[in-house]
Order: sequence, then structure tokens, then C-alpha cells
Amino acid sequence: MIDRRTLIKGAGAMAASLGPLQALAQTVTLPFGNGERPLVKYPQKRPMIAVTSRPPHLETPFSVFNEGVLTPNDAFFVRYHLANIPFEDIDPETYTVEIKGLVNRPHKLTLADLKRLPTTELVAVNQCSGNSRGFFEPRTPGGQLGNGAMGNARWRGVSLKQVLERAGVARGAKQVTFKGIDGPVMETTPGFAKALDIEHADDGEVMLAYAMNGHDLPVLNGYPVRLVVPGYYATYWVKHLSEITVIDSVFDGYFMKNAYRIPDNDCACVEPGTTPKATVPINRLNVRSFITSVADGGKLAAGATTLQGIAFDGGSGIKEVSVSTDDGKSWTSATLGQNLGKYSFRQWTLPVTLPAGQHALKVRAIANDGKTQPAEPRWNPSGYMRNVIETVRVAAA
Amino acid sequence: MNRIALLGLAASAALAFGLPAGAKPITFELPPETAELKPGPNLETAQGNCVACHSADYILTQPRSMANKKEFWLGEVNKMIHSYGAPIQESDVAKIVEYLAATY
Repeated sequence: MIDRRTLIKGAGAMAASLGPLQALAQTVTLPFGNGERPLVKYPQKRPMIAVTSRPPHLETPFSVFNEGVLTPNDAFFVRYHLANIPFEDIDPETYTVEIKGLVNRPHKLTLADLKRLPTTELVAVNQCSGNSRGFFEPRTPGGQLGNGAMGNARWRGVSLKQVLERAGVARGAKQVTFKGIDGPVMETTPGFAKALDIEHADDGEVMLAYAMNGHDLPVLNGYPVRLVVPGYYATYWVKHLSEITVIDSVFDGYFMKNAYRIPDNDCACVEPGTTPKATVPINRLNVRSFITSVADGGKLAAGATTLQGIAFDGGSGIKEVSVSTDDGKSWTSATLGQNLGKYSFRQWTLPVTLPAGQHALKVRAIANDGKTQPAEPRWNPSGYMRNVIETVRVAAA
Repeated sequence: MNRIALLGLAASAALAFGLPAGAKPITFELPPETAELKPGPNLETAQGNCVACHSADYILTQPRSMANKKEFWLGEVNKMIHSYGAPIQESDVAKIVEYLAATY
């Protein structure tokens, strides 16, 4: 019997976790080269677009985003970095989150302890840094995702500020690091840990979330508690959170110092195919918008129809969404839906009339900070932060 | 529940949640993997080095349109060695790159 510890030591134990292959049932084809993916059913999930099996990387079928402004838990995307995920160590009775490092009162909080603290709640988009990577040209290595590595949920938990206050942050604190129970298969592989500046960690919005859309987090979304960093890319939203460490330096772990870096300029972009001179850790989401009511290559009845979609940014909120039905020549303002907060998806609708024929529909958002989406895609070597104005080609008949 | 008992449930895809008070550790089984490495030159070397830490679809889903496949895959193998600490012998690198460039 090979247990986790043996597997960590056993560099050659590669066959250990290869069970019988799942019979290929349904597949979907994402609209870029080599985009065929199986649809796979995981526990607590509806069939999801499976990018990888071990560790699991699951994309949300895009039609889900037209179902409502909140992404259902059973359709929320999943992404792990390292395949040693000890689900068997998750016992809600004994699970703890440890607060340590530069604090006056290092301690461990059980789930029950956390639930006794005053709660906080907000709606926020969780989006993978590499969402839409498959559309990059030239292509870049990494998870080859369509547009479904994002989701919007109502998160409930305890503010990190409160947890830090109870622990008493000592003088000289510079950053806070976060680690979950998932780890590498090989001892030589760097563990997954992320860091935030102490001021950010202490902003009252960063949250230890134990509920999502009114339910426990799905296991694959970080049960029983994950970090929520509103407005920031999902890489910071550490799942199965188990260690919070206050440090007096800038954290130099692999997933901060070497990975998840973007070009150090306003567009986070470089000339396609080139290497940036300087990089910084990826941080806040840029502004994006999508049509959700019809897919690229889809069909509509000719005549009057209502287009619907979503827009979001990294926390300034959405000011305006405009739609073009003539490939960007003219634009019309859409009606924005209910405002669930500045970190949430904002739904939009627009009645249009489409005569019979082919149409190139485009959508563009302007955020409250004045930022908007570029007409041409920007490029960086990691395939992060795509936010070009999207085009959906439809046939009306 | 100990690990052995847990692994014994492998075939059942059992899942306990709802988690009543006095709950035990959760039981959670991932579905079987959906892909394996395709046949190609030096397949055994790739088998022995690539799929201990990740499933074969990490390779299968990468873009196929790269102008220089050997350069692309050498970059990936080097990333596995230097960034992710994969214990790949120097003498295996060229074999693995040949397999990947010829097969994907």
C-alpha cells in the first residue's frame, strides 16, 4: 500500500496513482488549436470541462454564466498546482488554521472557533490568472483554458483583519504568507504558498471564507476554509487554508518570486514573443466583459432579440457596458443589472434587432476607474490577464 | 478513517458530505484519469519521468502549433527540472524532448 508519505519519497512511484482510465464520454472543443476536452463529473460538481486530471483543473462550461449573476458551486472552476492533496486529512472537527510568525499570540483556530467570530460577507469574482490562455497568439505554455476559469460567488467568513488583530501583529511585520494543506508530490518541488503585503492583508476585506453561495465550500474549491482576496487573481485565494504566517520580509517562495509574474508596465504586456525586462507579482483583475446569451458560432432567430452578458473588474466597479452588432463600427450602451458590489459580476442586457445574415457582436466595459478593454489582444509570456474586447460571431436566420 | 481504509474505497467513488456534528474526515475520491501518454519514441523514458507528479493531459493539452517543437518542449522539460525540482537525469532530457516533439 502506497500512502502519501511513500509517494513523496518515491521518485519512481509514478504508476501509483494511475488507476484505470475513465472511458471517454462527452467532449467539448474549445475554439483554439488542440482544444478538445472531456467533460468529466467530479463529486459535488456537474460535468465540467477537464483541463487536467492530476492535479484537477476544471473549467466552467461557458453557458453557466448566462444562468445567473452568481456562479453555482457545482459549476465553479477548479484549479490546483500540486497533486498531493490529502483530502483524508480534512476533518471539520479537528481542522485548524494556524496563525504564527511575527505575532504576539500565535495560535490555532478550529472551524468552530472561526464560526464564532463576527462574520463578513461579500460577492466577488474569482478568476484564474491564465483564464483564456488558449486564445493567446503566439500560444504560451500552461493550462490551455477557454473563458471559463472564473466564477462569481457570495463568500462568507471572517475578515483576516480580525484574525490578525486577535493574534496581535508585532512590530516590523511586512507581509503575510498563506499556505494550504495541498502540497507537492516530490519533496524537491516548491510548495504552494502566496503572500500579501501586511496593509493589504489588514484591509478588512481579505477574508477566511467557509461558505460560498450559502453552503459549505465544495471540497475542490477549498473546503473547509479558503482565502478570499477580493479584486485579486485567484492564485492568491489559497484553498484548504492551514497556515497564516506574518513575516518581516518580502516572501521569496517560488509562486511569488518566480511564478505568477507579469511585465512591470501599465498594460502587463510585451511585444508578442519577447521577454519582459522587469516583472512584478500579478495582482488586480483588469476589466473584462462577455456576451453570455449566445456563444461564438451560435445561431439566433432573425429580428428582435435581447443580448445578455456580464462585466467585471478588479474592484472599481463597472460604469458602463457598450455593445456593437456591426463588428465595432457603432456602439450602444447596455442596461446594467442589479449591483451586487464592486467586486461582483455585473449583468447587462440590451435589446437589439438582427436582420437575417452573419453578425459580429462585440462587448466592451468601462470601469469606474476609467479603464477599458483594448481592441487588440495584449500579450505576455505566461498568458495572463487577457481582456481584449471579445467578438461573438452569430448567424441570424 | 485511516488512509488504508480510505484507499479501500477507491472504486466506490463514495462521497460523504453534509458533514453532521461529530463528523469524521471527509471521504473524497477523484474520478479516474482520462488520458495516457501516446505511443512514441522513448515512451518508457517519458513514462518514468513525466507522470509521477502530473497526469498525461498536462502534455496532451499543450499547443501543437509551436514553430520549433523541440525548443518548446526543451523549455518545458527544463521548467520541470529547474523550477519544479523534477529529478530527471541529464541523460534523459534529450530522449524526453525527442518523445514530446515527435508525438505532440
